Amino acid sequence: MSRAGEARLWLAQRISAGILGVAVVVHLGTIIYAAHVGFSAAAIISRLHDNLLFATFYFVFVAAAAVHAPIGLRAVIAEMTAWRGRSLNVAAVAFALLLFALGAHAVLLLTAGV
Amino acid sequence: MFAASRFHARNHSNYWAFMLHRISGVALALFLPVHFWVLALAAKSLNGFLVWAHQPLVEYAEAGLVLLLALHLTGGLRVLVLEFLPWHNWQKTAIAISGGVSLGVALVFMLNLT
Amino acid sequence: MDSRVLQTWELSLWRGTEEGRFASYQVPCRERQTVLDVVTYVQRHIDASVSYRFACRVGMCGSCAMTVNGVPRWTCRTRIAEVAQGNRIAIAPLSHLPVIKDLVCDMSVFFEKWTTAGGAFVPTPGATDNFAHIPPDHAARRAADAAIECIGCGVCYAGCDVVGWRPEYLGPAALNRAWTLVNDARDGAGAERIAAVAGDAGCHACHSQQNCTRHCPKHLNPAASIAGLKRRAAAALWRGGS
Repeated sequence: MSRAGEARLWLAQRISAGILGVAVVVHLGTIIYAAHVGFSAAAIISRLHDNLLFATFYFVFVAAAAVHAPIGLRAVIAEMTAWRGRSLNVAAVAFALLLFALGAHAVLLLTAGV
Repeated sequence: MFAASRFHARNHSNYWAFMLHRISGVALALFLPVHFWVLALAAKSLNGFLVWAHQPLVEYAEAGLVLLLALHLTGGLRVLVLEFLPWHNWQKTAIAISGGVSLGVALVFMLNLT
Repeated sequence: MDSRVLQTWELSLWRGTEEGRFASYQVPCRERQTVLDVVTYVQRHIDASVSYRFACRVGMCGSCAMTVNGVPRWTCRTRIAEVAQGNRIAIAPLSHLPVIKDLVCDMSVFFEKWTTAGGAFVPTPGATDNFAHIPPDHAARRAADAAIECIGCGVCYAGCDVVGWRPEYLGPAALNRAWTLVNDARDGAGAERIAAVAGDAGCHACHSQQNCTRHCPKHLNPAASIAGLKRRAAAALWRGGS
């Protein structure tokens, strides 16, 4: 990968980090609020259903996580194991796609019941 | 003697912050696919999920995940401040203290609820 | 430690190349002894075949850096009493560099990386015609000033984990040098230098562990310089450059 390509990955990880920074605070706040009010899981799921705001928020959240985590794992693996180069880049992209697919699937099931 | 001196050369707050950030990041990245998978299962079969989710072990694991997420969040804010704002030594101290305090408050709040 | 109480230092010195071992020596304690004094004592009075480097002995030349009890240090300005564990002291060559013999490293890679990072000053066309007018309190001038006093000792390079993990990483000293030139209004190679220091072998590999800043004997802050380069490189990318 070119130096500019690597720098773009760095920037993509920082931009996704900024989005995640807001999203995680909202996510943690929601969890704490739900626990505080004492919603059951069934009540939570019924509230999520057909909620466009939740769906949009969690799609953005999932997309940012799918960008952020594979870039970080790629760096950790390249630094702490002997695995690097093209096959590692391919594996990182595969992990990003897996995360996005699983995350989008869960969000769709919870908000649209698809 | 040399394991001890390797430790001594790295025993400072910024290195600890790095290690915590790396460990929590890898753990969260590996947990994410499982999280999405479990959410999808929960949406499909709610009763089975509720029984499973109220085992003590699962609840402890959830508290651990909230801790990891909060650590990675505050550690990540520190990295963004270091990399994107002009360098001030007091700024790092302030971030470390506020991160630690907010983390502690959040955890106490969480533990009181469960 | 109070050196009057101790009689001798129990010294472990690295002997050989990468395939070497620690050899033990006893060196008499003296008032205000430096680590370099102790190594010199071994060479002059015990074993003349011990190889090590030094020149100025006053913290200017940057040639005497070694690993002292696991920490990279300039040995000429390090009091042995302040770093010994009891009366035990282990002295090894710097990490992350090929060992030539005993305490002497091959510094070639270290300085080649300065060149790769654009460490040479490139005057703008016409820069020699007149003096550049740079106010002393100008922000860029102050940024360059804060990073300029590097003596090239290699302590930060040896102390950096990322250098160990990514052998191609340019390292704190070379990147710190690039930062001084990025802030030099008389230099004309800014864009090329920013492109040269970007990526996984450059500033973006840094994790802000700050071993470099902690160990720098001149109390410079290479981590801050590298953070500055990251911002410049990101801004260049954002504008669609490189």
